Amino acid sequence: MPTLAETQARFVAALRNRDTAPLPLVLGRDGEIPALRFDVYRNNVHVSLVNAIAAAYPTVERLVGPDFFRGMARVFVGEALPQTPVLLDYGAGFPAFIERFSPASTLPYLADVARIDWAWHRAYHAAEGQSLTPRDLSAVPAEHLGGARFTLHPSVQALASPWPSLSIWRTNRHDDEVRSVNLRAGGEETLVSRPGHEVGVWHLPNGGSRFLHRLLAGETLSDAAGATGAEFDLVTTLQTLLTSGAIAHYRF
Amino acid sequence: MTAQAEARRDPTRGVGPSGARAEPPIPASAGVGLKPAHYRDILEARPPVGWFEVHPENYMGAGGPPHRYLEAVRERYPLSLHGVGLSIGGAQPLDTAHLERLAALVRRYQPGLFSEHLAWSTHTTGFLNDLLPLPYNESTLAHVARHVSQVQECLGRTMLLENPATYLRFQDSSIAETEFLEELASRTGCGLLLDVNNAYVSAVNHGFDAADYLDRFPMEFVQEIHVAGHVRRLDDLDQPLLIDSHDTPVPDPVWILLERALKQCGPQPVLVEWDSDIPEWAVLMGQAERAQHTLERCHPAAYRHHANAC
Ligand SMILES: [Fe+2]
Repeated sequence: MPTLAETQARFVAALRNRDTAPLPLVLGRDGEIPALRFDVYRNNVHVSLVNAIAAAYPTVERLVGPDFFRGMARVFVGEALPQTPVLLDYGAGFPAFIERFSPASTLPYLADVARIDWAWHRAYHAAEGQSLTPRDLSAVPAEHLGGARFTLHPSVQALASPWPSLSIWRTNRHDDEVRSVNLRAGGEETLVSRPGHEVGVWHLPNGGSRFLHRLLAGETLSDAAGATGAEFDLVTTLQTLLTSGAIAHYRF
Repeated sequence: MTAQAEARRDPTRGVGPSGARAEPPIPASAGVGLKPAHYRDILEARPPVGWFEVHPENYMGAGGPPHRYLEAVRERYPLSLHGVGLSIGGAQPLDTAHLERLAALVRRYQPGLFSEHLAWSTHTTGFLNDLLPLPYNESTLAHVARHVSQVQECLGRTMLLENPATYLRFQDSSIAETEFLEELASRTGCGLLLDVNNAYVSAVNHGFDAADYLDRFPMEFVQEIHVAGHVRRLDDLDQPLLIDSHDTPVPDPVWILLERALKQCGPQPVLVEWDSDIPEWAVLMGQAERAQHTLERCHPAAYRHHANAC
């Protein structure tokens, strides 16, 4: 009699690979090798995991259509099972997978659109945190502001893309009829934050995501701004951070 | 105000180092699986449902709207946690990180019941997200019993174990499922969750009589019942193949089995499970009403609320 571990290893091999020989261990109703019955399990595993990917990437699904999406997600699921039973955490590797999924290579911005979906999904489930208002920050004398260091809200994520990925994401996520986006319009940077109950997505000035990552690393405001170059629009960036509730605390 | 009522009004109150907030037990009435699509309906209309059940895995994010809604529902209704990820029948050791996540949710939401499945879903290659079948024999029994005891120790409470819906049997199964569950409950002190839809699905798939299965089921350990819908297909040999899909109203044969079960195990919490193609709230409420009527018809004395109050 095989051990439980052997039985389960064999079961999984057949679940994951259609070419794996039928399991002599498993019987249906009359002792036959019941291919269709085994397919119920195969189907449950893969359909439910594709559904989990679809739940996290609704904008990608709309953009490419459900058939292409499910085909693509099925290949992803075939490559990488979730490593924990917490499906909220499953699918972090999907944007990188899209980048090397050749049938999607005609949509070079698709992976970056997927990254915005994933940031939205993570922000939705992120820990609670405080958000400073513009009034809170106005208490800091202007001459001291440059020396301030910031803690950001746990939901905050910043993304940079060489494509107008945010415009593409927005129209596919929100518009009844998807508008066309000029792909030559240049790159876009995106801020995702969930100050209260609702996830918000904001456009960041160029260099904003680099600036934010430096703030996250603990640099002062002036050091972080200095490192992004002369054309960096610090005022608009700070305004965006405040409106989006991205700043939780400051200290000196 | 009683301590319990006060604790319910303010969920943070009374939670000491001993985790002493008293949870309301799950009443012997109809409950419904809580779905995000219905959060608002439920919080606005406060429907007369006895209790709600959730899959704890859906509340394992750090924060955000899911927790806000669940907190709000939990303040108003008793709550049961029904795990789908523990892989209690897995050959490998239990995932202690997952057990810790469950323990944290149990401390936070103080559920009236915690249940899991007699199945496995995790392998060294990863999590398969389905409730896979087990061979029922002595060695599996000893193994699953150890896992159940470990869960109960970690959570500091008894758990319920649910009978699965299966499409296949194993050649090396030597113990009947009902006997296997009975043995598990006696060895570990766990309770049982009787899913009458699963019983029906397995009965049709394996060609046995579902009523007979219920008659053999160790009813003295049952503390919760599930009803749900399934779909009907044919397998390669044109034999009926029922799939436990949880995406339809509870079909008549399952309602009939519910009555039979209730007559044997007394009034119990009865949950309506509906997990995909989620309908509007009114449809689920209708199913819950039917479950409640079934309870009251089977046990009229237990539900004569006011007549016997003085
Ligand atoms: Fe169930």
